[in-house]
Amino acid sequence: MQWASWSAFFNMGGYAFYVWFSFGLTALCVVWEVISLRKRSKAALRISKILAQG
Amino acid sequence: MSINWFKYSSPQAFYPLAGKMIPWFVLLATIFAIAGLYISFAVAPTDFQQGEAYRIIFVHVPAAWMSMVIYIAMAGWAALGLALNARLSAMMAQALAPTGAIFTLLALVTGSLWGKPMWGAWWVWDARLTSELILLFLYLGFIALQASIDDPRRADRAGALLALVGVVNVPIIYFSVKWWNTLHQGSSINMGAAPKMAATMLMGMLLMALAFWMYTVAVALMRVRCIMLERERSSDWVKELSVTTGGKS
Repeated sequence: MQWASWSAFFNMGGYAFYVWFSFGLTALCVVWEVISLRKRSKAALRISKILAQG
Repeated sequence: MSINWFKYSSPQAFYPLAGKMIPWFVLLATIFAIAGLYISFAVAPTDFQQGEAYRIIFVHVPAAWMSMVIYIAMAGWAALGLALNARLSAMMAQALAPTGAIFTLLALVTGSLWGKPMWGAWWVWDARLTSELILLFLYLGFIALQASIDDPRRADRAGALLALVGVVNVPIIYFSVKWWNTLHQGSSINMGAAPKMAATMLMGMLLMALAFWMYTVAVALMRVRCIMLERERSSDWVKELSVTTGGKS
């Protein structure tokens, strides 16, 4: 294990901003992409349902 | 046993198949990501020159690889769509573009976040950085061009041409660190040469790259399903599906 404590881990040897921004932004992109695709799929099915019943 | 692949080349047949494949790729992506993050933060040692800042490599390099791999895959599907006039191939190309653009943006931003503490600059007009920025513009151009043409088949053909012309940029990105004197460091991994980095660092990078790869397949399949629903909105199979799923799933 590399870390003496949790605070040392979060501090990333003084590079916390750069390291956590990189990983955080990547995670955010993944979450955003998956949620927006779910919404897009639901919207498409909703419109087709209206067309089918119209 | 032979599988009739052409059976799955129609959207109607591919839609449920893609739906069955997605959870498996999500599962694989999750397993690789957990293993990759564990190695990235708990196993890989501190770099003797860069301290902890080097850990950005575990997202930066896999994201940069994916930005190039996805472009080649996108251009390949686009070419197939153009040559065979195949709808599904063109839809696959369209489905890959936004994910490719996201990975390109991530490669650029994480590179910037790594460059600032190590080089002292957020950005330099170096060959590697500039060619990667051009890749982002190619993705955005492809997406914008397809969106600007109403007839989907014409949009597919125009997009395919742009994607194919843009392929020339991929080897330029890859070899830029060899062809020009760049501030950017050389390749992390070279074919035919022993890796210069510690085995654990290499392992972490490869696992994260696999996680990104599996994730890309999963979201590309999710997106291609959306594109099928949108393009075939008025066809019977989409209408039936929307009624049976209650417009929910």
